[in-house]
Amino acid sequence: MNTIEKAGGQPGPGPDSAGDDGDRVRARSATMSFGPDEPLALDSGVSLSPFTIAYETYGTLNADRSNAVLICHALTLDQYAASLHPLTGKPGWWPFMVGPGLPIDTDRFFVICQNVVGGCMGTTGPKDVDPKTGKPYGLNFPVITIGDMVRAQAMLLDKLGIGDLFCVIGGSMGGMQVLQWAAAYPDRVFSAIPIATAARHSAQNIAFHEVGRQAIMADPEWKQGAYLSHGTTPGKGLAVARMAAHITYLSETALHRKFGRNLQDRDSVTYGFDADFQIESYLRHQGSTFVDRFDANSYLYLTRAMDYFDLAADYGGVLANAFRGTKSRFCVVSFTSDWLFPTSDNRQIVHALNAVAANVSFVEIRTDKGHDAFLLDEPEMFATLRGFIDSVARTRGLAE
Amino acid sequence: MSNGNGQIASRVDLDLIAQMIAPGSRVLDVGCGDGDLLALLQSKKNVDGRGVELSQEGVNACVARGLSVVQGDADTDLANYPDGAFDYVILSQTIQATRNPKEVMRAMKRIGRCVVVSFPNFGHWRVRLKLLFTGRMPETRSLGYSWYDTPNIHLCTLLDFASLCEELGLKIEDAVTVTGDKARRISRPGAIANLLASEAVFLLSRRG
Repeated sequence: MNTIEKAGGQPGPGPDSAGDDGDRVRARSATMSFGPDEPLALDSGVSLSPFTIAYETYGTLNADRSNAVLICHALTLDQYAASLHPLTGKPGWWPFMVGPGLPIDTDRFFVICQNVVGGCMGTTGPKDVDPKTGKPYGLNFPVITIGDMVRAQAMLLDKLGIGDLFCVIGGSMGGMQVLQWAAAYPDRVFSAIPIATAARHSAQNIAFHEVGRQAIMADPEWKQGAYLSHGTTPGKGLAVARMAAHITYLSETALHRKFGRNLQDRDSVTYGFDADFQIESYLRHQGSTFVDRFDANSYLYLTRAMDYFDLAADYGGVLANAFRGTKSRFCVVSFTSDWLFPTSDNRQIVHALNAVAANVSFVEIRTDKGHDAFLLDEPEMFATLRGFIDSVARTRGLAE
Repeated sequence: MSNGNGQIASRVDLDLIAQMIAPGSRVLDVGCGDGDLLALLQSKKNVDGRGVELSQEGVNACVARGLSVVQGDADTDLANYPDGAFDYVILSQTIQATRNPKEVMRAMKRIGRCVVVSFPNFGHWRVRLKLLFTGRMPETRSLGYSWYDTPNIHLCTLLDFASLCEELGLKIEDAVTVTGDKARRISRPGAIANLLASEAVFLLSRRG
């Protein structure tokens, strides 16, 4: 295991930041390697070996090992929840949630955030070298599921000597992992906070992902996934995929408020196909910066993992069966303007939990910021999550 | 203090309900408002408490104070709960605001070993006199709405409620009436109690 101690990211200021409180999070960057004797058994029937997990930790594990919090990241995020991103130099992606005195209080909890299997920020994924061929995996990388991601995370925790987690929390694809954790390892999950997510990916969401994947595959630089061996990058395709996806993370109201029909650095339309409108310029920027930090094949694999996610299907078609007998305490969170993972999807999770008389809270946060609201400054979300986490911490016997 | 229906719930009402709940039991509070009753039951009776509340503001307030509450509608969402999941299912000052009180009561009977219901008594003499002498829909302390904007769409009297319990096979284990700030235990709801009580709290169990 390699560990680097470093000064972590400063919370804020994101695009909707309310300000920077100047708190610094002490972050530790580490990797853990799993050799040929510790393969990751995948849902597809094959196994991945050897493999490495890259992760960040914040805070200190207490003597009882009872204060561990696992943060599960979303599709295009990574382990840098509260630390500087090595490629972009930007602060962590959850500056309002993770840090001293914040709802996930790094003074009280030992926080772990792992890059998922199939990702591209240090955990083994399609851009890494396949030991069998000596070349990057590309499309020879096995298909990964949400279940596989969680199984790998559990293997890392085993190695770290962390039996059960005080809390597993995540939004979007991270929320899917939270549900998978609660279903697959109920005894290891004291509390679970799935945010803006679903127990199964909808047809509409699969459709959006397919558009993104086809954009990547249509890029001649993609080279059937072997672009690294060819020394090319399917940047155009990946950028288009990102642009399309980014729209789904916002809401019509937020887009209108932020951009309207405003023109970009000009007084009138050009009667051409330049980025006349601010929204076009914004999306192009989102696309081009994404290419600098994300691997196109990882995007294919991780979107596929979300598409395949259908928790009920693994439990006889009845979602409630996934949670039968659970002792975990749940807090499900949705956002009014999220049309990618709408409240109705989140409510299905709540209904399944009610059906097994689980201990569940459910809040819908009123916001016009769309799906991405879970990453932004949403005081009502922080207030409710703080209340939930503090109350669960009291039950767990963790000091204030 | 108000619950999700904007109904004024007296402290007396909450205390009376708390007295009926056995310590350490599993409780579902349907229409839990801001969570005052759940918080009281958790601190005084150490219950394992859950809540259902219609208004999202109420739900968020409950969760922020550490209570397990989901947004939901008593009329539709009780169907998700399994049989016998709770020792007590409580409907505090909410039954009159449900669309189908009989079905809600039936669902509560299915989910809980015991059912606790508190409600404003429409048979109270003050209500009767107001209607008799003013010829208008009564507005009282516990019924503070105009007829056109009231959430209280299914008001009943003590006697009405008692006959619904009879019909649903619910046995009255305990009944307390409230007049002003004074609580009185009654053996069975009769004509006098129906005249004097402004509110009532019933503890019910499945018959047989």
